[in-house]
Amino acid sequence: MSPSDTEPVIIVENLTARYGDVTILKDVSFEVYRGERFMILGGSGCGKSTLLKHMIGLLKPYAGRVIINGIDICRADEETLQAVRKQIGVLFQADALFGSMSLSQNVALPLTEYTDLPSDLIREIVRMKLGLVDLSGFDNHMPAELSGGMRKRAGLARAMALDPMFLFFDEPWAGLDPVTAAELDILIRSINEGIGTTMVFVTQELASILTLAQRVIMLHKEAKGIIARGTPGELREKSTDSRVLNFFNRHAM
Amino acid sequence: METTGYRLSVEGKTGEEATIRLAGRLSLDDLEPLMADLQAIPGRLMPRRLSVDLAGVEYLDSAGALVLIELQNRARALSIPVDLLNVSEKDHGLLSLIDPELLQRPPLRPEIVQSPILETMGELARRQFRDFQEIMSFVGELITALVYCLAHPRVVRWADVMFYMKRAGADGLPIVALISLLLGLIMAFMSSLQLKQFGANIYVANLVTIAMVRELGPIMTAIIVAGRSGSAFAAEIGTMIVNDEVNALLTMGFDPTRFLAVPKVLATMVVVPILTVYADLFAILGGLIVGVTGLDLTAFTYIQQTKSSISIFDFVTSLIKAIVFAVLISGIGCQRGFQVRGGAEGVGMSTTSAVVSAIFLIVVFDSAFAIMLYYVRH
Repeated sequence: MSPSDTEPVIIVENLTARYGDVTILKDVSFEVYRGERFMILGGSGCGKSTLLKHMIGLLKPYAGRVIINGIDICRADEETLQAVRKQIGVLFQADALFGSMSLSQNVALPLTEYTDLPSDLIREIVRMKLGLVDLSGFDNHMPAELSGGMRKRAGLARAMALDPMFLFFDEPWAGLDPVTAAELDILIRSINEGIGTTMVFVTQELASILTLAQRVIMLHKEAKGIIARGTPGELREKSTDSRVLNFFNRHAM
Repeated sequence: METTGYRLSVEGKTGEEATIRLAGRLSLDDLEPLMADLQAIPGRLMPRRLSVDLAGVEYLDSAGALVLIELQNRARALSIPVDLLNVSEKDHGLLSLIDPELLQRPPLRPEIVQSPILETMGELARRQFRDFQEIMSFVGELITALVYCLAHPRVVRWADVMFYMKRAGADGLPIVALISLLLGLIMAFMSSLQLKQFGANIYVANLVTIAMVRELGPIMTAIIVAGRSGSAFAAEIGTMIVNDEVNALLTMGFDPTRFLAVPKVLATMVVVPILTVYADLFAILGGLIVGVTGLDLTAFTYIQQTKSSISIFDFVTSLIKAIVFAVLISGIGCQRGFQVRGGAEGVGMSTTSAVVSAIFLIVVFDSAFAIMLYYVRH
């Protein structure tokens, strides 16, 4: 899908996040457009994972709103929230596959819970999803038997089980070697371009930011909010903020 | 996106060229009827050539794409050529992602099915035997570590010992006290109903004291400690295994048994006997309450009777029992922890197994003690 498609589908408005008395983020506002690959960057401890948890409704903001597909998920009742959650797929940092289930059972879980499909159709969908992430044949393997990259891809297949409109990735490249990470990039891009899923990443993986991101925001610990926004190229070439330049050029502070 | 469901119409006659017109949403929500409708068409019409017109399709997700690909597969099986017409650029991207060949590929490994009963029984026996082997080798390791620590007291992590003494001992005192007090009350009350008939009220004191000191004190305390601390030990060590923390210890040159198990075992060996003494005292207090309020005994006579009913021998053997139970609880707790493989489920299983095995062993050893002490007394 072309980036000119500028319909905001995720709107974060004046979000303030706190843990107890500690303010992590203050007055953060941004929008994510339909079909784009959007990245949230920042150093360790800048609150990017916290922001992600607010966007997927795991944490409630201290102030502000998160609107997904026109629904304010901070004030929605449980039923509406459940409907929104079905449109969201999340790939967690530690892949979060259920260790006691085989890959096909992991992917089938949301399908058996949320649809009334007969088991042979579910099996077919599971096969297709595993094929999409290049894991066909591994239906009956257990997560513990797979390599890190394969587990990430299996987690992606599970996140995509219900054909969500949105995919959220928390540090998907953490712990992967450069080759595996690049393969994951290609896979993510082909899914994004083929299916048109809106993708939001939280990451600090420079190589993948430069190849994959269409638009980024950068958070900073002291600023407790966004210090830069734009395309990665713009930030790297044109930013005047030393914090942004250091991040993109991998300099120490 | 506003319309729901799909619309389907078929043009063409049997044996000639046919066109299927699809419109609306081809999505996961309607997968089942859509799949059934489409799969039936090639076999029913047997057309020479099948065209699928997607001009009216507003939304296509991967489940919808799957249906189209399955339609192609079905038609190919009947050697009918299929053309997809008016595929939007976006849908084309999606369709090209799905490789029809992969849908047919069998899993690399067959699904695990329930094996026949004989096999299951054999597997069970083998697992029991392996479990026994593992316990025995752990016992060996633990004894080696304990002996080593006895010879080199400075290598023991005394700060950890104190920490676990607080956890297993001081923190557990309230529940041990409460349960023993209630146990004493119940025993005294129930026995008084019987003994009253013979005017033998005073023997309530003997009954409560002997039952508690000889048997119930150590056993009740041990069961509570197994539930509170044995499970905690297993979960703690199990989680450390899952998080590679035990491997980290090994690479740093520590002996995990000495580092993790010995402080727990030493701590419980100290606190379980102390808790047992408290349990005895609180049960006797419970008996005293019933005796004074319900049986017209004075506190003095009740305590005198209590004192006369037990010997030092009973008291000491009950403490020895408590120490043995402590080793069983903490040993099996740590062993089950070290046994954990896999993830969250493994930790859960080991925790359960730690408590169940500890209680089982406590009862087995208690019976052995009962027989042994009988012969020692006589």
